[in-house]
Amino acid sequence: MRRFALIAVPYLWLLALFLVPFLIVLKISLSDITLSIPPYSPKLDLSAGWAGFVEFIRALDFENYVFLTQDDLYWKAYLSSLWIAFVSTLITLAVGYPIAYGMARAAPEWRPTLLMLVILPFWTSFLIRVYAWMGILANEGLLNQTLLALGIIDSPLQILNTTAAVQIGIVYTYLPFMILPIYATLEKMDESLLEAAEDLGCSRLSAFWLVTFPLSRGGIIAGCFLVFIPAIGEFVIPSLLGGSDTLMIGKVLWEEFFSNRDWPVASAVAIILLAILIIPIVLFQRNEQKEREAGT
Amino acid sequence: MNQTVFAPWDDPDEKPLIQFRNVTKRFGDFTAIDDLTLDIYAQEFFALLGPSGCGKTTMMRMLAGFETPTEGNILLSGQDIAPIPPNKRAVNMMFQSYALFPHLSVRDNIAFGLRRESKDKAKIDERVEEMLRLTRLTKFAGRKPHQISGGQRQRVALARSLAKAPKLLLLDEPLGALDRKLREETQFELMDIQEKTGTTFVIVTHDQEEAMTVASRVAVMDEGKLIQVATPDVIYEAPNSVYVADFIGDVNIVEGRASQTGDKVDVAWAEGQPPIHATTQKRFDRDAQCYFAIRPEKVHISKERDDSRPNVLQGKVIDIAYLGNISTYHVRLADGTMMKAQSANTRRLANRGITWEDEVWLSFTDTAGVMLAR
Ligand SMILES: Nc1ncnc2c1ncn2[C@@H]1O[C@H](COP(=O)(O)OP(=O)(O)O)[C@@H](O)[C@H]1O
Ligand SMILES: [Mg+2]
Repeated sequence: MRRFALIAVPYLWLLALFLVPFLIVLKISLSDITLSIPPYSPKLDLSAGWAGFVEFIRALDFENYVFLTQDDLYWKAYLSSLWIAFVSTLITLAVGYPIAYGMARAAPEWRPTLLMLVILPFWTSFLIRVYAWMGILANEGLLNQTLLALGIIDSPLQILNTTAAVQIGIVYTYLPFMILPIYATLEKMDESLLEAAEDLGCSRLSAFWLVTFPLSRGGIIAGCFLVFIPAIGEFVIPSLLGGSDTLMIGKVLWEEFFSNRDWPVASAVAIILLAILIIPIVLFQRNEQKEREAGT
Repeated sequence: MNQTVFAPWDDPDEKPLIQFRNVTKRFGDFTAIDDLTLDIYAQEFFALLGPSGCGKTTMMRMLAGFETPTEGNILLSGQDIAPIPPNKRAVNMMFQSYALFPHLSVRDNIAFGLRRESKDKAKIDERVEEMLRLTRLTKFAGRKPHQISGGQRQRVALARSLAKAPKLLLLDEPLGALDRKLREETQFELMDIQEKTGTTFVIVTHDQEEAMTVASRVAVMDEGKLIQVATPDVIYEAPNSVYVADFIGDVNIVEGRASQTGDKVDVAWAEGQPPIHATTQKRFDRDAQCYFAIRPEKVHISKERDDSRPNVLQGKVIDIAYLGNISTYHVRLADGTMMKAQSANTRRLANRGITWEDEVWLSFTDTAGVMLAR
């Protein structure tokens, strides 16, 4: 009985915070748009009894999903989101790995401070930090002013309101999520492994590729998923830093919901996004599982 | 014992494989190795013995190339190895922690070093199989390090460091993590492998029994200095100092004043006690401070006074440590000095004559102990 209670808590949690909202969104995605509050029908009328329920089920259909396949805006937005998230993840890895590596090799008394510095940005609002990037990347912003003053460029670069700005924003925002898991794997790595590799004839560089890198693979995979998964559905960054040609599904969803007030289509977009995300989430879970098993 | 005596250190024509020449190693202002000079010969099984922190690992790391001497130099086959990086040295090390690559199978761990120097897959495979057979790991070749036992891991580490057939194999407390029985088995295995491969082994240990079992010579270290370098029997029977005598095995040490005639010394050591008669080749000044060291198994214990030996002392049994095959008697002499005597338990416990509180006589010959100046 006690065991049951213990297991029940997380399941109730999941039910309340994930499954119920999911079912509501799924239901809305199968409804039709109407001019009412809330702006969709049918609505479940429990007072009508069983007949009312049957009526309600009958009224649900896949129209919205069919609509998503007809307008190429949607699949283009999905693809473009996946691509932007993918490229940003690679850049984040390229930037984050050396940082994590440097932290793990720093003197032990410095590590807590360095870790603190990585986490420090979370102390200010995410929104403010993205706004700050607008100030940096704008045509008359900090970056362009500096480059102009140094004489590296003659006219300001158009960075803000482009996909590049979105990628910069994503890399900046999600960098800690890449650094921390990689740092965790590198930090617990036994340094004598590298000495052993050298002793057996490796150069420093080949010791890195043959020992350090494969041993940090778990951290790399975890970090990549932690960046990739939320980046796909990212909405704030593309709407603040991106331009009209930066197509991301999070932004599309927001517009469907708030500008068009088309809740059913917005819900369908969300459901498909979730379906797309399930694959990397499952892969991520598998990686975590494997890491845990290897750790014991 | 070897049939033909293996003692290259006694042969002036023999060239040492490793030479430490006035090597000093400092970490900041801490001196870990202090002006150390040492020769190690090919095919030796050389043991470094000393308390924790005395600089054993530092010596190994200098041989492997992970540390460079602050002063002095180290020669391998007559060549200064200071400029040679670790990956270019014909030296392999078996790490204290084994340092097996967790992401590689046993086979790949063993092949790791071979793959760095050769592309010939057939030859590598052959060598790996040979190593697997030598260390009896063939059955476990496909497993990862975390899927095998501690003893097997230790053998993988050994196989990996032997695979490249180094001139010199360094073993840093290789058996520390093993339980006693497995450790003893492995010691013999190591000796066997050393004999088969002819590799020179330098082994670090803080277990004196282990050093005595496996080594051709033992170096006893303290605070970065060598105190004595000799064969195990010399270290045990003829330690050069109280430190060595005390470090290796059990010993009774009596401090006193010497008076020497020829090779005979009388040691006056306590009021009302007869002087200890001893034999020595060393010279002691009259009334110079000296130490007489004698192993408990060389002290005879009996209930009756036994005048067949020149030294006879009376005392009372305070404690008996029963170790199965032997018993150690802790005896308090008339002046309060404690002395240990050991005897083999050739009879069953019930038939033994000596028990607690018994008045006993301890006796020993004049050659049973050693005279030490410090
Ligand atoms: N990298 C280092 N930096 C500072 N001190 C060190 C370093 N390596 C070893 N030491 C010191 O040198 C001494 C000898 O160490 P070590 O050779 O590891 O001893 P052991 O005989 O136990 O193997 C110890 O006091 C240790 O603290
Ligand atoms: Mg050590």
